[in-house]
Amino acid sequence: MPIRVEQENGQVRLYPEGEMSIYCAAELKDALIAGMQGGAEIEINLSGVSEMDTAGFQLLLLAKREAAKQGKPLRLVAHSPATLDVLDLYNMGSYFGDPVFLTRQGGAA
Amino acid sequence: MSLDQALQTFFAESRELLQQMEEMLLFLESSPEDNEAINAVFRAAHTIKGSAGMFGLDFIVKFTHTVENLLDKVRDGEVRITSDLVAELLQCRDHIEDLVEHAHGGGEELAADKHSRGEQLGTSLLRFFPGALVKSAEKAAPRQVTEAAAKLESSGGGEVASDTWHISLRFGRDVLRQGMDPLSFIRYLATLGEITSLTTLPDALPGAEEMDAESCYLGFEISFRSAADKKTIEDVFEFVRDDCEIHILPPGSKLAEFVALIKSLPEEEALLGEILVASGALTQNELEQGLKNQSQVDAPLGEILVEQHCVPQPVVDAALEKQKQGKDAKSQEARFVRVHADKLDELINLVGELVIAGASANLLARRTKDGAMMEATSVVSGLVEEIRDGALKLRMVEIGETFSRFQRVVRDVSKELGKDIGLEISGADTELDKTVVEKIGDPLMHLVRNSMDHGIEVAELRLQRGKPAKGTLQLNAFHDSGSIVIEVSDDGGGLSRERILRKALERGLIAEGQNLSDSEVFNLIFEPGFSTAEQVTNLSGRGVGMDVVRRNIQALRGTVDIDSEEGVGTTTRIRLPLTLAIIDGFLVGVSASSFVIPLDMVVECIELSEADRRAAAERNYISLRGQVLPYLRLRDLFDVSGTVARRENVVVVQYAGQKVGLVVDELLGEFQTVIKPLGRVFRNLKGIAGSTILGTGEVALILDVQSMIRMVSGKAEKGLVA
Repeated sequence: MPIRVEQENGQVRLYPEGEMSIYCAAELKDALIAGMQGGAEIEINLSGVSEMDTAGFQLLLLAKREAAKQGKPLRLVAHSPATLDVLDLYNMGSYFGDPVFLTRQGGAA
Repeated sequence: MSLDQALQTFFAESRELLQQMEEMLLFLESSPEDNEAINAVFRAAHTIKGSAGMFGLDFIVKFTHTVENLLDKVRDGEVRITSDLVAELLQCRDHIEDLVEHAHGGGEELAADKHSRGEQLGTSLLRFFPGALVKSAEKAAPRQVTEAAAKLESSGGGEVASDTWHISLRFGRDVLRQGMDPLSFIRYLATLGEITSLTTLPDALPGAEEMDAESCYLGFEISFRSAADKKTIEDVFEFVRDDCEIHILPPGSKLAEFVALIKSLPEEEALLGEILVASGALTQNELEQGLKNQSQVDAPLGEILVEQHCVPQPVVDAALEKQKQGKDAKSQEARFVRVHADKLDELINLVGELVIAGASANLLARRTKDGAMMEATSVVSGLVEEIRDGALKLRMVEIGETFSRFQRVVRDVSKELGKDIGLEISGADTELDKTVVEKIGDPLMHLVRNSMDHGIEVAELRLQRGKPAKGTLQLNAFHDSGSIVIEVSDDGGGLSRERILRKALERGLIAEGQNLSDSEVFNLIFEPGFSTAEQVTNLSGRGVGMDVVRRNIQALRGTVDIDSEEGVGTTTRIRLPLTLAIIDGFLVGVSASSFVIPLDMVVECIELSEADRRAAAERNYISLRGQVLPYLRLRDLFDVSGTVARRENVVVVQYAGQKVGLVVDELLGEFQTVIKPLGRVFRNLKGIAGSTILGTGEVALILDVQSMIRMVSGKAEKGLVA
């Protein structure tokens, strides 16, 4: 699964799309880590994620951790219902610390 | 171990713990500062509560919880031990015992009276909580008192306030690859109840290079509210059970258990704080404070939290104590094996058979006159004897446990009587057969109460007599030539020979002018309906009892006698055989049949004189040195065939002060007898107590001397009157 990468003013936006699951986790991992090198600020746009499992979720954790290691802020934005569902269930919204409530309503609808 | 077995273990353990609790409470009464004892009492209550919770015995949990809370305050030093408190706690202990017995009886719902008793005790306990006292002194509304106690309860930290299960999950690395996703387990769990909080632990996640995107690195701490039982919750994780670390704590678990749980988990101890927050014991602020301090000083988080007064010391102590206790328990387990009593009985039975078989092998070997053979069998019988002694020893238990029960009795009864009485115990490590121990409790109880009620005088009288105001009761046990002697002594008024004689005359137990020794006189008080007490209390003095005591002891083939000195004290001495399975017998023969008479009942053996034999046709008594001796011919009694021997012997047996002669053909000597009970068919047979097998393989009947004496003395009296 490809990750679309946009770069702007030292900010890098990553757009994972489709499934974030164990079937493509290895591939995704490399793509995410590589993509993160492109800027000083990282934004992961989750609007295109149609499905997420624990493996996919772990990748988000990894990204957050790696970004912190490199001293770069990382934001998750535009959570799709599938990602929100997992974040909610794992009660990890506060871990990532991103505002999700607007999209959450969209997800719940 | 099935649940049912586990439950049985719970009952057995609870009884032990309650016993310990009682001992320690009594000990606390005299030394209220003893921390060990306070801890022991707390642990007992705590363990009972914890285990009861595991089995869903909510009524035990509920009541014990209140008691535990109070004990927690005591450990904290917030509540001081007073005799009033000990008295209350003893009652609570009794109530817990009631509840456990109730559960043992299979009871589900509590009867109303037990329930209200619990409520009553619970309310009564409230006054001991700090703060509550002041308020009640101000005659505040009871509601306020309750509130004060309730507040303290939650701040005591004894138990996590939440009513939720706590589930710790550490998923194995491979679960994702195996097609299982933690998400689905948590979703399924959510269908069984409500997940009130869930903490995901991502700390095991390695750096980007090492991380395998297909491995699972997550752990979870979940608070879960549900009516489901532990098994149902466990079954949620059935498919991953082998790969995962799963800990499930039921609602109402102790904080200490949480702490212990954390210790067992792979994460660093720093996580302790996180979990405490999750389980609601700490606020985030307190935790942060603790963590901050931890980075400054290199001390364990637990200690810092305590220093900060965030977590009360007992919580941490309880956790440490728990671990220590676990170790102690393990080493104790290593030294003791719980064996079902039936298995032991079976073993003893087999050993009995072995003794018999050994004797017959011996006999055969001697007949062959083969030296080597005889030597071999004698070695075997030596070993068999050792095995027999060893097997019998297995059933031996120390009498101390029985004795220590009387601490409580003495304490309670002396309060009731308004006398100050101390109990001294010696020889607590004396061992005797378990069945004997079980049966000796009631007679002992009677004797102890009797001594306290009638024996020991009231304080004024004691001072008048120049004795210390505090009375002393002694329980002593020791071994004496194959039997155990148990003494109950008091330093009270002693028995009045005159009064007993007067009473005995009144009741027609003795004749005017009869000369009796002191011990004969004192033994009169064991006669039915005999009581010299001037006043009847609800403890004793009603004239029932002492005869029951004697009958119970005689049923154990024991004897009881009394030593007393007026004004100085009384000692009641119980003598019991060490075991009920093997007795020393006296073997006698009638024609070809053999009979065994318990040796301790045999007084003497005499030859039946020609004159008596001739007279025997007309009367059934002979003159023994001028005394009337009723007698019984075993030949006639058991209808033994065969010609009457040329010479007959009389075995004089004595029981309960009565002598009877048993006429037999032959005296065969002492014989160690393994008692075999008779089958149900022979249950109503009079005069026979059991059977045994001789070395030759022949059966010998063991005579029931007690019933024979009754048989004969009835007949003899009739004969005399006629």
